[in-house]
Parts: sequence; C-alpha cells; structure tokens
Amino acid sequence: MVRLLLARLGQSVVTLLIASVVIFVGVRLLPGDPALAMAGEEATPERVAAIRAELGLDDSLLVQYLHFLGQVLSGDLGESTRTGTPVTTLLGSTLPVTLWLSLYAIVVAVVVGIALGVVAERFRGRWPEWLANAAALTSLSVPNFWLGMLAILWLCIGLGLFPASGYVELGQDPLAWALHLTLPALVLGTGLAAVIMRQTRASMIEAMGSDYVRTARATGLPKGRVLLRYGLRNSLVVVVTIAGLQLGGLISGAVVTEQIFALPGFGKLTLDAVFTRDYPVIQAVVLVTTLGYVLVNLAVDVLYTVVNPRIRVGGRSS
Amino acid sequence: MTQVVTTTATTAPGGAAGAPGDGPQVAAVPRLRVLTHLLRTPLALTGLVMLAVVVLAGVLAPWIAPYAPEQVHFDAPFQLPGTVGFALGTDDLGRDILSRMLWGVRASLTVGLLAVVLAVVVGTPLGLAAGYWRWLDAPISRLTDVTLAFPFLVLAVGLAAISGPSLTNAAIALGVAQVPTMIRVVRGETLRVREHEFVQAAVAMDASGPRILAQHVLPNCLSAVIVQATVIMPVAVLGEAVLSFLGLGIQPPTPSLGIMLADAQQYLSRTPWPALFPGLAIVVVCLGFNLVGDALRDALDPSTSDRK
Repeated sequence: MVRLLLARLGQSVVTLLIASVVIFVGVRLLPGDPALAMAGEEATPERVAAIRAELGLDDSLLVQYLHFLGQVLSGDLGESTRTGTPVTTLLGSTLPVTLWLSLYAIVVAVVVGIALGVVAERFRGRWPEWLANAAALTSLSVPNFWLGMLAILWLCIGLGLFPASGYVELGQDPLAWALHLTLPALVLGTGLAAVIMRQTRASMIEAMGSDYVRTARATGLPKGRVLLRYGLRNSLVVVVTIAGLQLGGLISGAVVTEQIFALPGFGKLTLDAVFTRDYPVIQAVVLVTTLGYVLVNLAVDVLYTVVNPRIRVGGRSS
Repeated sequence: MTQVVTTTATTAPGGAAGAPGDGPQVAAVPRLRVLTHLLRTPLALTGLVMLAVVVLAGVLAPWIAPYAPEQVHFDAPFQLPGTVGFALGTDDLGRDILSRMLWGVRASLTVGLLAVVLAVVVGTPLGLAAGYWRWLDAPISRLTDVTLAFPFLVLAVGLAAISGPSLTNAAIALGVAQVPTMIRVVRGETLRVREHEFVQAAVAMDASGPRILAQHVLPNCLSAVIVQATVIMPVAVLGEAVLSFLGLGIQPPTPSLGIMLADAQQYLSRTPWPALFPGLAIVVVCLGFNLVGDALRDALDPSTSDRK
C-alpha cells in the first residue's frame, strides 16, 4: 500500500510540474504589457524599461520560468503589479473566506446528499424516492447564481432572514460569520448535494442487493443497522471518489457565488486580477487552485484506501 | 457551477430495454427499442418535449421573436409580464424580455453544441488510443490529470484574458474542460470492448490498430459517447450562463441568458421579473437534457455504470 501511495504522490508531482509550465506559458500569452500598465500612460520609455527590468520581463522565458519555479517553491509568489501588495498577503486574506465557504458547502452537500440518497433507497419505488430524484435532477439543472439571486430576493430582501452580502471574520463575531456564509454555502452546495445523492442512491441499491447484506439480514440484525452499517458504509467509497471529482466544479462555483453575495474571497481576487491583467496574482491564483485540486485528489485516493477494506492491507474484515 | 460526473446504476424501469448480458452489450440494443423506451417513460417524454420546445425556440428565434433583441423602448422600461405588446415584460432599457430570451436560448444551445462537438472530436480518439495502446495510456492519463486540475472557469478566464471574451472562447473553454471525462469514458469502454472475441479475431486476422478501432471498437463505444454528450450539454449550457454572467463569455449587446441575469441583478430589489424568465429558460434547457440523458443511460446501459 505504501508503494501504491508513493506512486500516486509521484503522479501528483508530475501533474503539478506540467501544470506550472502551462500556467507560466499561459500567463505570458496574455496581451497587454504589465510594465506599461504599472508605469501609467504618461511614463517615459526609460521608466517602462526600468520596470521591465525590475520585473524580470527581459530575461529569456526559460530563465523566467526557473526563476518563477524557485520563487514558488520558496513560498514567494511575488507582488501584485497593481497594488504592490505581496501576493501571499492577498491570498492570506482571501483564501480563508473561500475555504470556509467551500467547507460549509461540502458539509451541507454531504449531509443532505447522503441523507436523501439513503432515504431514496429505503423507500424505493415510493414517493420519497421520486421526490428525492426530482430534487436532484432539478438542482443539477439550476444555475447556482440564479438560485443565489432568488434566495437574496426572497430570504434577504423579502424576509430579512440573512444579510444579502458581505463577510464578517470568524474571530470578530461567530454568529454574524455563520449568517453571512449560510446562504452562499447552501447555494454552492446544491449541485454537489444532487451528485452525492444520486451516487449514494445508486451505490446503496447495489450494496443492499449484495450477499453480505442478505447475510446480515438473515442474522436478524435490526433494519436500520443493516442499512447504515452494511449498506451505507460500503457505498461510501464511491461517494467519496465522486465528491472528490466534483471539487474543480466547486471552485468554479465559489467564484460565482462570491460574486453574487459580494464575499471578499479568492474568486473576487481572481476576477479582479484578470480584469486588471495582474500577472503575479493570476499566476498565483491558478497555481493555488491547481495545487488544491491535485492535493484533494491525492487525499481522496488515500481516503479511498482507508475506507475500502478490500484495498487496505492487513485491514480488519468487515 | 458544479460539473456533473453523474454515475447512476439505475435499472431500467420495468427492465423494458435490458441489454443482453454478454457480447457487445450496448450496441446490441436495437435503436427502435431505445426510442420506444424513451417514449414510454413519462420523465423521458417530459424531457423530450422540453427539448423540442427549447430547440424550436432557439432555431426559430429570428422569425418568432416579436422584436429585435437589442431594440430598446425608452418609453416602456420595466413593463410587467402580460403587458400588451410585451408578453414577458421589458427590462431597464425597455427591451422585450421574450425576444431576448429566445435569442439567449439560441446562444446557449450554440455554445453547448460547440462544446459537445469539441469534447467528442478531441476526447473520443484520445480515449480510444489510451484504451487500445498500453504505451499511450500513461501519457494520455497525465494529460487528462493536468486538464482536470484546471477548473473550467480558470480555463475560461485564461482564454478570455488571452484573446478576449467571446462566444467561441466560452465554447472552447467549456469543451476543453469536458475532454478529460470524455477520454475516461471512451477509454473505459475501449478496455471493455477490446476483450471481446470479435476484436481478438480481428487482431488474429492481422487487421491494423486504427482499422480495428474504427470498425469494431468505436461503434461499440458510441452509445457511451452519446450518453456522455447528453451529460456535457447541460453542463456547458450552465457554464455559458456563468461565463456570460461574469462578463467572460458572450459580449453585449448580443443577448445571452447569463447577460440578462447579470443585468437583472442590478435592479433585483426593484423588479424581479427580468431575473425570473431567463433563469427558468436555463432550467428548462438543462432539465430537458438531463431527463433525456438519464433515460438514454437507462435504456442503453442498464446494468453498468461508468464507474471504474
């Protein structure tokens, strides 16, 4: 198993390296000269040249790439060409917002998705299953930013239950923090919940038809125990994998959700950087996204081995 | 927008179109039976009707839209739905929402179709190659890993930044983001099909790799490709809406459902109507594809899911 994990780790590193080249080249393909943008319209050519040299824009691409890689590895992501703020500072202030939002959304999606999936299996062929299926299909078809707009209209403006926009630090006021994040997390989590529900239901149907569940039933175990201990536990493997695969989508979704609810997160940083051609920030943002995605997939694979006793070496028989 | 990698192992209702247990499974299901299955399943029928309405609306938009989508009526902003002359009301500039919506659906379908074509054209050959030639498997898998590591929004952001936001760039970003899943699906199918006797027979008869792939493997992967295409379509339509909403997709004054929603958001507290109908249109388009896609999957492949 250790060898398996090491090989997997190696693959992740290769993926990251290739991605870093793609990012580096991609950012260089962007039109517009950041030195010109920084110097302003009335700058002398000498001033622009000085800034170019300062930013290292005159070196060869290979030198620039190696320089970039070295800096990234030492934790230096450069400074925003627009504001001069270190990129790490920008990430430090925006990432927590997005991470909390995503985590909240994942928790919502997993709880709702698995619960509905189990219910759908438990009541197969009856109205709860039909309802759960309909809900899942609908939420897969609804744009989450539209859902966010409707939620703001109805719950924030209409009923005044939640604040419509903005963010409060967790340390400042935990209650306000939760209130500000609840609606965005619900909106962001719906699509993921639908995918998890459908997957849970499908895996549960398969698991409940298997021999070990029949045996468990035959031993006279209570229904609920069979359902959760035997059916659900064995379905979780696939559910975890699928949830992991959805993370790329969740990141994209977070950008839009932050835009709708005016959360000062990673998504806003991304959009601002693109619209102002802030090379170092764009680079860092894409790099962090890629790193996050690769790490999550690695974690999913590790989890997979932990959750699935058939892969785990020397595991207890379940 | 959550990307959909749905895997369902639903059994076909009533087992109406069950595939034979052995042999080239999916291809053995007669087309007519698939069609009858779709027409007999109430949900699938609903989906087909939705799609028919939506496709007709999109195709016929230039002829059935009451006004040109960009035409402003400064004397009639924020008309309520049901106003004479404006069935679904007007927006802040007095533009007819119905007309803009019809054109928006047309744009959504165009982007969706382009994305699907791109994913199929690029993904299918790569998937076939990765599944058939072992030495190509690892490099192609790395390629899909790297592509998957860039969420579609990041791809779209990059493309929009490099060559300006446009309908084409939105379609390219959405299509490229879907290539990895298409590769995985086709690769899985190829791995399954290549074990069959008819492929081994072709190998024994010294048929060339490309010939085997084209004549024997590809036809047996087609239904999986079609099902995957119905999964990609709604994802791409949602993606287009997101990109246009953020200003990274279709550019005004060209009407797009996403742009309509972005405009509507600015005066949401004043009047919700302009935000309601474009959103509903997106839901109908996506729901139609999702319903038909689910039913197709059940009909073509009731026993297996695309899970590895």
